[in-house]
Amino acid sequence: MEPDVLLSVRDLRIAFDGVEAVRGVSFDVRPREVLAVVGESGAGKSLTARALLGMVPAGATTGGTIRPDLSDRRGRRIALVPQDALSALSPVHPVGDQLAAAVRSVARVSRKEARARAVAALERVGIPDAARKARAYPHEYSGGMRQRAVIAMATVNEPDIVVADEPTTALDEEHRDQVLRVLGERREAVGAALVLVTHDMDVVREHADRMLVMYAGRLTELGPADEVLARPRAPYTAGLLASLPEHAPRRRRLPALPGTPPAPGALPPGCAFAPRCSLAADACHATEPEPQQVAGRLVACHRWADTPDLLQEAYRASS
Amino acid sequence: MPLLDVRDLVVRYGTVTAVDRVSFSLEAGETLALNGPSGCGKSSTALAVLQLRRPDGGEVHFEGQELTSLTDRELRPLRPRMQPVFQDPYGSLNPRHRIRDAVAEPLRVQGRRPTPGEVAELLDRVGLDPSYGDRRPHELSGGQCQRAGIARALASGPRLLVLDEPVSALDPSVRAGVLNLLADLQDDLGLGYLFICHDRAVVRHFADRVVEMREGRVISGWRRP
Ligand code: SF4
Repeated sequence: MEPDVLLSVRDLRIAFDGVEAVRGVSFDVRPREVLAVVGESGAGKSLTARALLGMVPAGATTGGTIRPDLSDRRGRRIALVPQDALSALSPVHPVGDQLAAAVRSVARVSRKEARARAVAALERVGIPDAARKARAYPHEYSGGMRQRAVIAMATVNEPDIVVADEPTTALDEEHRDQVLRVLGERREAVGAALVLVTHDMDVVREHADRMLVMYAGRLTELGPADEVLARPRAPYTAGLLASLPEHAPRRRRLPALPGTPPAPGALPPGCAFAPRCSLAADACHATEPEPQQVAGRLVACHRWADTPDLLQEAYRASS
Repeated sequence: MPLLDVRDLVVRYGTVTAVDRVSFSLEAGETLALNGPSGCGKSSTALAVLQLRRPDGGEVHFEGQELTSLTDRELRPLRPRMQPVFQDPYGSLNPRHRIRDAVAEPLRVQGRRPTPGEVAELLDRVGLDPSYGDRRPHELSGGQCQRAGIARALASGPRLLVLDEPVSALDPSVRAGVLNLLADLQDDLGLGYLFICHDRAVVRHFADRVVEMREGRVISGWRRP
């Protein structure tokens, strides 16, 4: 494996009862990067992210490879910040005890040392009066603080890769940026990478180095975040970005994509996006496009060269 | 006279003050967004405005009438004129009922028997093919379900819609269509929207006035010039 890759995913497939929800996805996680994984429901983004930790749901069959396999070093080399902050913390133990237990599960250190690391982890995520707060129970934390405690939990053992599954959905902007800053500091300090599953393009714009766009279990586009955001090459990425209210002048009609993302097992033939794609041609209904290297990124589309600059087009008149 | 005028609204749960002297007003045809993180009191405010949870203090004037002093019986004739739309489109429609019946329910509550034509027209208004009337909620996508929820809220001829995170559960590519629909309905019908939303981009795009809440209090507000 090249030294500039922390984790290498090849042809990842995840199926339930023979129905593939992730259908052959390949990408690398590089040191120091923030890789945003974006997509809508049914895109397989959370499944893909959790597969990095070896956390696929019971009953799933998987294919492809993830190298190196870090699933038995979860918590140490790779850690998850789950979406549901509450589920990551036990309600019956003080937060500091839970953090200290996490430390002692991977490191042979004294209780006192574990305790100190627990308090330090809480401090790093910006919890005021951390020593006292460590003695409190999760329900005594506010929503935003609980979210940060979960991040402290994920980072207490200083992993190389933090996978954050929509960690900011319930946070206001202020907390969101703080949380991402804490995760970002890990990156600066030890070259840790952050894999950030999100549907918030503000987050992608402000924090991601690269973005992986998924649709219907496949890679649609993968490249430098600023370039993809500025000029998407896959029609799905273009349509998704154009439909976001952040780009629209006030109250102007948003260019909505027709239809809805397909459910796994109910995919149309050929390109899964074809029924919603204004560029769809015969070839699109016949064969599913493979990712190919174009314009410094990977794009899976037969007609990528024709993808209109929807952002420009939709709002040109207003500028 | 504003469509909705809320003064010093207070909602308490036990010893916790969820809404602490919140005031704002809203004109017909206008959108006022309550913005803030979860737990800031915006949803409690919405419920108290609708008198679905009676407030512990303050006044709510709707179309000139003060609601907090009214009995439940006195409120009943006003309810059709202020309707809620909730975040979870599936949770807010009875899973066993056909869409047609769910949409018509507010009319039945008023003792009216809506004609199939009326229901079809409501579905059409929200961009659903009338054939969807025969389906049940789980046979619809999230976006379609939310459209059905909006049709149902429109059925009783409201002046005010209280929209609690109406697009938060929707995929971005679907959300745009629902926001477009809400904008069209407002323009056509002159509805006032009390729009509860944590997403700032949506708020900036959609609202005429914004009230920012934190921990039960209004911390700032702005109005589009
Ligand atoms: S392959 Fe065809 S249908 Fe699919 S995104 Fe490209 S143009 Fe559209």
